[in-house]
Amino acid sequence: MSTLFYETDMMTSHKAMQTIPGKTRLVVIGNGMAGIRTLEEFLKMSPHDFEITVFGAEPQPNYNRILLSPVLSGEMAFQDTVLNDWDWYEKNHITLHAGKRVSRIDRHRRVVESEDGLSVPYDRLLIATGSNPIMLQIPGIDLPGVLAYRSIDDVEKMLAASRTAKRAVVVGGGLLGLEAANGLSRQGMEVSVVHLCDWPMERQLDQAGGNLLKSALEKRGLKFYLSRQTEAILGENIGGEDKVTGLRFKGGEEIPADLVIMAAGIRPNIALAKSAGIHCDRGIVVNDTMQTFDPKIYSVGECVQHRGQTYGLVAPLFEQARVAANHLAEYGRMRYEGSSVSTKLKVTGIDLFSAGDFNPAPDDEELLFQDAARGVYKKLVLRNNRLRGAVLYGDTVDGTWYFQMMRDGTDVTELRDHLLFGQGHLGDAGRGGVANVANMPDSAEICGCNGVCKGAIVKAIIEKKLFTLEEVRLHTKASSSCGSCTGLVEALLINTVGGDYSAKPSKKPICACTELSHEEVRDAIGRLRLKNIPDLMRLLEWKKPDGCHICRPALNYYLLTANPAEYRDDSRSRFINERVHANIQKDGTYSVIPRIWGGVTTPAELRSIAEIAERHEVPTVHITGGQRIGLFGITRENLPRMWAELADAGFVSGHAYGKALRTVKTCVGREWCRFGTQDSTGLGIKVEKMTWGSWTPHKFKIAVSGCPRNCAEATIKDLGVVCVDSGYEIHVGGNGGIKVRVTDFLCKVASEEEVLEYCGAFMQLYREEALYMERTAPWIERAGLAEIKQRIVDDAPGRAGLYARFLESQRYSQDDPWRERALGKDAHEFEALATIA
Amino acid sequence: MNWIQVGKLEDIPRQGSRVVNTPRGEIAMFRSVDDRVFALDNRCPHKGGPLSQGIVHGKRVTCPLHNWVIELETGNAAPPDAGCAQRHEVRVTHGVLFLENRIED
Ligand code: SRM
Ligand SMILES: Cc1cc2nc3c(=O)[nH]c(=O)nc-3n(C[C@H](O)[C@H](O)[C@H](O)COP(=O)(O)OP(=O)(O)OC[C@H]3O[C@@H](n4cnc5c(N)ncnc54)[C@H](O)[C@@H]3O)c2cc1C
Ligand code: SF4
Ligand code: FES
Repeated sequence: MSTLFYETDMMTSHKAMQTIPGKTRLVVIGNGMAGIRTLEEFLKMSPHDFEITVFGAEPQPNYNRILLSPVLSGEMAFQDTVLNDWDWYEKNHITLHAGKRVSRIDRHRRVVESEDGLSVPYDRLLIATGSNPIMLQIPGIDLPGVLAYRSIDDVEKMLAASRTAKRAVVVGGGLLGLEAANGLSRQGMEVSVVHLCDWPMERQLDQAGGNLLKSALEKRGLKFYLSRQTEAILGENIGGEDKVTGLRFKGGEEIPADLVIMAAGIRPNIALAKSAGIHCDRGIVVNDTMQTFDPKIYSVGECVQHRGQTYGLVAPLFEQARVAANHLAEYGRMRYEGSSVSTKLKVTGIDLFSAGDFNPAPDDEELLFQDAARGVYKKLVLRNNRLRGAVLYGDTVDGTWYFQMMRDGTDVTELRDHLLFGQGHLGDAGRGGVANVANMPDSAEICGCNGVCKGAIVKAIIEKKLFTLEEVRLHTKASSSCGSCTGLVEALLINTVGGDYSAKPSKKPICACTELSHEEVRDAIGRLRLKNIPDLMRLLEWKKPDGCHICRPALNYYLLTANPAEYRDDSRSRFINERVHANIQKDGTYSVIPRIWGGVTTPAELRSIAEIAERHEVPTVHITGGQRIGLFGITRENLPRMWAELADAGFVSGHAYGKALRTVKTCVGREWCRFGTQDSTGLGIKVEKMTWGSWTPHKFKIAVSGCPRNCAEATIKDLGVVCVDSGYEIHVGGNGGIKVRVTDFLCKVASEEEVLEYCGAFMQLYREEALYMERTAPWIERAGLAEIKQRIVDDAPGRAGLYARFLESQRYSQDDPWRERALGKDAHEFEALATIA
Repeated sequence: MNWIQVGKLEDIPRQGSRVVNTPRGEIAMFRSVDDRVFALDNRCPHKGGPLSQGIVHGKRVTCPLHNWVIELETGNAAPPDAGCAQRHEVRVTHGVLFLENRIED
């Protein structure tokens, strides 16, 4: 019977269907942010034949709802908010039914029907119907002049009203309400905000932060009616037309109004799904693959309830979109595991950020910072030394930093003292201590490496429709070099689009070639006993046959540390500096820096360097910051000859430019210095002889100072030894580069032998557990000093094991790469294939 | 077209590159993992980096200086970067490499 029905129905709506046989039919209900984001992700995976149809109740193409606030305040035109214009649908062969609302889902026949009688069959269905604004059920709610704030249609009505009406009242002092109020006030209206609670944005701010916000907004002309419950909207009939005239609160108080905006919250839009018998609670219930109770039907966005949670910000919806797309495209790999969210009020000139749970429970700790004069307020909530929540007002540059630590569950014990002062306080070169990006002029330089100013970044975010840090990096190059301006760029992103989209999910894939994270890959190498890159890529289902420049060097490193004896290094997966053991320079020539053990040299060595430099007409000889002599401007063809000569003069080097041991800096120590307590120079040389040649996740620098005056700057090195009268202090995790980080004190030992053992053990732990391209400083902050102390200091057998593994792997890495190449290894790297006259 | 023999396929390592010197500057010849050969001017459209020194992956090379990714087939920079390295025709016959000779035109 039902088959017959189906056919009849097919025939009646024949025109709209044009089904192409053999294609999987995907229908999307909802042309909003989550639904279309899912399609974008879906198209990126270039799945096999799909026929895609989209229904959208709104007549516009897909636009950025978040930017309605700047449209309302007059800072942006609607056209600038369009994310995908009509062409996009056409180019991707998507049939768009804009302005058509779906009124029925027939799950039995797998057909959706629109209000105006269109019916389209599906094999897969995606419901992304968003949410509806809550319209309080009070007298007067249906009066003209009472509007919601959800769509461009609402905004246009508000703008039209603002031209004639004078007084606006916004019901609801949350994020949306305040943005509406600000916008209308910028349009010249007198605006009041009515709110149930004692302070605005109580879901994002504690009372102190809320009060600061309230007075800032009052200074801009907004009026607040707090702790008021609206009982009725008043109106009268003037000249045959109903009009709003005011509001009445519980208790009888009345205020005048010509326009009323309802911003009292949103409710997941589930009516359609519910009527189709799909299991709903507060939202449409989905599992970790974004699948509803009907396996053919997926759902994403504000209409969804996942693990009991509904979301009202785009960052989590975009994560959902990636997962849903992955399953719709039948990759079936990813899972959505819920999100934590941060918020930012998009009112120009007001800097506010909040994330997590900022109302401390009885056992939580609260860190507070208040500077009334500067209008800065910060509150951090800690539980068991981990961040649970943050409220920032007036200075929000560190918002993303806190948020990241919150999501990572970072132990902040070691950071506590300066946590409130932010990451800048930890020493960040090139950032100039700016705090308030909102007030920076457009011409302010944000990225010092690439010379990108604020205006250019904001423009790119808007014009190119960027949502994530990665996208901003790609398009503007800001924050893509040394990374010290990342916090500022993230703050600009948040300021412009109003939320944290950098959504570094707790699990971050190595690169676009895989879904797997560094940890998972390293784990698989051990578990599956992977021995080379091609096998690894095959077994772990790499998306590109030979990966890319990001994953290959990482894989090569992980394989090498896992099997030092057997692994055959893949030079094709090494960056040029490591492939030819010299540092490439801006003009394509190389710098050559021979190893000077512990920074100690001899007249004979100096003489040979001088002669070689002269013979090769080296343009620049520079005393480096690492106690060596650098020869700059050597051509590729010349490298092997030069190395042959250096090797003959007794120099070893090669790893001087890699992710490897760099230098061991020393001071003159006990032998000459009147304060020296131990033989720092001799010890430095021993350490360098033991560690040279070792590959590490990122470069590794060591220094040994003869006394606490610390002339070798040991406390900003990856590992530093400070000699004292009674022995040797070992310090770890320092960095003197982009972000200065002083080392943490690891322990004190009594003998040189112990220094060597602890040093080897620490390096091995770093080699085995840090992620590729992660220096010791961020690694220690991630892993926690306590854990590292436990493994190196407390656990003696563990330490001995690490040390033994370090020495074992050194057996295979201490051959002089320069000599090898001088003798002809990899000659193809240096010689031209042919010369055409 | 005028072809010049420049060497053998095996002279270029897989996922690697070798340079041919010409009076008009260096040409980089690349060999992909599946043994296809491409030739581009050895100058990155960004700031002139030597593309021959980059990491070769798929039909792309990543410039060693600032990581622009260049398509080997066309010489185009992968978006959002924009720019193009001059490409040259290559022929591989029985493992012998021939490069298009533009010197005389
Ligand atoms: C040669 C030298 C400058 C000099 O002439 O004095 C140098 C030169 C370069 N440094 Fe450095 N650094 C040199 C000492 C330092 C020091 C001082 C030190 O080692 O005591 C530091 C700060 C200490 C530290 O690393 O913690 C330093 C922090 C950096 C950084 C930032 C690292 C960080 O984690 O923040 C980079 C960028 C990177 O590695 O990503 C960098 C990167 C570079 C590169 C390799 C940039 C590049 O990728 O091409 C430079 C190569 C120049 C060239 O054309 O060959 N260089 N660099 C120094 C070599 C020392 C040596 O003998 O090996
Ligand atoms: C003014 C404003 C400011 C905001 N600011 C921020 C911010 O700063 N940061 C942030 O993260 N989030 C912000 N948000 C929230 C963000 O916009 C939403 O979380 C996001 O748009 C939700 O995406 P969605 O796809 O689930 O719903 P929507 O984007 O609402 O899309 C749902 C679409 O489905 C359509 N639809 C519904 N039912 C049907 C049907 N039966 N048939 C056909 N079509 C249907 C609707 O018309 C709508 O177009 C803001 C929202 C508003 C309104
Ligand atoms: S040598 Fe170091 S500090 Fe100097 S320009 Fe290069 S990377 Fe920057
Ligand atoms: S020169 Fe090639 S990326 Fe800059």
